Amino acid sequence: MNPGAGMRLSGLLKKEFLQILRDPSSIAIAFLMPLFLQLLFGFGVSLDADHVPIALVAEAPGPDSADFFASLEGTHYFAPQAMANMPEAEQALRRGDVKGILRLRANFAREIRQSEGAPIQLIVDGVDANTARIVIGYVEGAWGNWVTLRATRRGQDAHSPVTLQPRTWFNSELRSRNFLVPGLIAIIMTLIGALLTAMVMAREWERGTMEALMVTPASMTEVLLGKLGAYFLLGTGGLLLTVGLAVGLFEVPLRGSFWVLWGCASLFLLAALGMGLTISTLVRSQFVAGQIAILATFIPAFLLSGFIFDVDSMPPVVQAITHLVVARYFVAIVQTLFLAGNVWSVILPNALALALMATFFLGVTWRNARKRLD
Amino acid sequence: MWSRLLALIHKEFLALLKDPKSRTVLIVPPLIQLLVFGYAATFDLKEVRYAVYNEDRGQAGRDLLARFTGSDSFRQVATLQNEAEIAPRVDSREVLVVLHLGPRFSADLLADRSPALQVIIDGRNSNTALIALNYVRNVVNRFNDDWTAAHGLRGPPARLETRSWFNPNLESRWFFIPGIIGMLTLLATMLVTALSVAREREQGTFDQLLVTPLRPAEILVGKTVPGFVIGLLQATVILLVATQWFHVPFAGNLAAFYCGLVLFLASGIGAGLLISALSATQQQGLLGAFLFMVPAIILSGFATPIANMPRAVQLVTLIDPLRYFLIVLRKSFLEGAGFALLWDQFWPMALIGATTLVLAGWLFRHRMY
Repeated sequence: MNPGAGMRLSGLLKKEFLQILRDPSSIAIAFLMPLFLQLLFGFGVSLDADHVPIALVAEAPGPDSADFFASLEGTHYFAPQAMANMPEAEQALRRGDVKGILRLRANFAREIRQSEGAPIQLIVDGVDANTARIVIGYVEGAWGNWVTLRATRRGQDAHSPVTLQPRTWFNSELRSRNFLVPGLIAIIMTLIGALLTAMVMAREWERGTMEALMVTPASMTEVLLGKLGAYFLLGTGGLLLTVGLAVGLFEVPLRGSFWVLWGCASLFLLAALGMGLTISTLVRSQFVAGQIAILATFIPAFLLSGFIFDVDSMPPVVQAITHLVVARYFVAIVQTLFLAGNVWSVILPNALALALMATFFLGVTWRNARKRLD
Repeated sequence: MWSRLLALIHKEFLALLKDPKSRTVLIVPPLIQLLVFGYAATFDLKEVRYAVYNEDRGQAGRDLLARFTGSDSFRQVATLQNEAEIAPRVDSREVLVVLHLGPRFSADLLADRSPALQVIIDGRNSNTALIALNYVRNVVNRFNDDWTAAHGLRGPPARLETRSWFNPNLESRWFFIPGIIGMLTLLATMLVTALSVAREREQGTFDQLLVTPLRPAEILVGKTVPGFVIGLLQATVILLVATQWFHVPFAGNLAAFYCGLVLFLASGIGAGLLISALSATQQQGLLGAFLFMVPAIILSGFATPIANMPRAVQLVTLIDPLRYFLIVLRKSFLEGAGFALLWDQFWPMALIGATTLVLAGWLFRHRMY
């Protein structure tokens, strides 16, 4: 480095911080937004269906139907509502008041005593296929309990030929929040990284201050380092906040090492900031940079990162596209680091990908941000 | 007055479409996005990767495992020889599921002692784990039914017959693609409106606009029309792709659907212009756009049902226009709903649209920098 570089860099950093303080929206992006989003989503986003409203229709109510329906009551899975007949129940399903109907036909009591067994009709609202499947799973569970209980009471052998003994590793209660909240850290940091930097270079071009910077002895590399340094510090603040909330408030276990998380998060932040700087440098217009940031950050990170949809189940072409999404690598790292621990076979390849993307974006920015006027 | 208004609308379209980069941003991505996201957004698993650790050498155990090999939903990637091999395979995400048969599995099954099929599942993504477990359960249930029948055992006193309305095969794509239409429409309105006033404020041209004979209401109309036109065109194209390419059935009433679309556009554009009118700089406009768009999408019920949210958060969703539009979309597509069933969704969107548009128009003149 040439003499005076350190002084120039600290001067540039100071300029960036002053600029950040002047327009408090940057501070809001770095601290208020993570706080707001994490709280909203941490509480709001859940795939665990509880107290699912379900209609119970017994066409000939009696002790047997009451016995079966009792197996659905008293759990937090269902909020059962007895209904007199099918038309009433079907109307409730159409209105969305109930998610399913369980119907016991008039000859239920007779048929359960025959060797064929009685049919129990379950109708679910298939619009939300995932919830429908969860409801079916719950009803099957309740039905299984009822079969076992009934046989035990009669002194019979009730077990099915093969029993299923599931063991879920890393998240034994299958709490969806445990995988959604770490993923949220990746989504929120993608937004912050791109939002912080998407406009900063374009702004300097648009306002003509870039020319003013060019005539100073500071090199373009130093200008970029100044911007990157300032926003990296802001972004790290936001990151600590989200991790703190995940562990402290949402009680997601952090089984891996905090320092590995820190290291990977720094790489990720560099890649996210680099992406913003690249957009900003390439288009030189705040309006278009803002539009690209709206398009290219949140929704791809939300849908293509493995945050909620399983990447392995996507078609190969779409899987290839997910490799362009920075958040994808960080989502894999945080889900593993939080729930499974320091699994290097997952962390190293993804960290390497993050490092490559950071190098790529920062390199593109650096190449295109030469001192030139046009 | 009409020529003034037309000139203004013309100017707004020019501002959006003159820059070739901005034009590309508005026109190219929606289609690509629908195609990519349409394929990405599904909860159905394709080929669950599993490993087998079989300590049993009997025929019955092999028969059970053959059901997994023969299923399209599963793909065996490893055969394990000892217990120590399980953890590394699961940890590295090489397999999602490990099936473990104990040494006396077949003997116990023949002796009617109900042996256990142990299933180890990677729970890092709890939703995927639940779905995979359901797939396993289906295979085992069918095996049990066949076994019971073949060995003359007494079956359970009652069995479940499940039917699903509106989406007989429970394809989750039918649920998500209408949702993506709503999401992309919201995105379009944000792209067109959120930065438009902020840009003019920053460049000083908004003050010039205010001193022309145009009334704030006219400026509002001028700023609103491009969003409507672009939003309507885009939604129509996306609707065609959804029905023709992805074959999601559209069972509803087109007039009712477009009525919902117009109301949703009004509320999205209103929110975007309100954000823009509140911002002094484009940076603030962008922040505002995200602070509106991200919660609007996450809390709309797009991926996670509103019914699963705590009461307080459910109340917040009442001011989210996308929440209502998603119901319009899903009811139109899958349930074939017409005006009567959708009225409850229409009036809240109309209310949100009217409020935000009026506020934005008022702010044009009353918020000066």
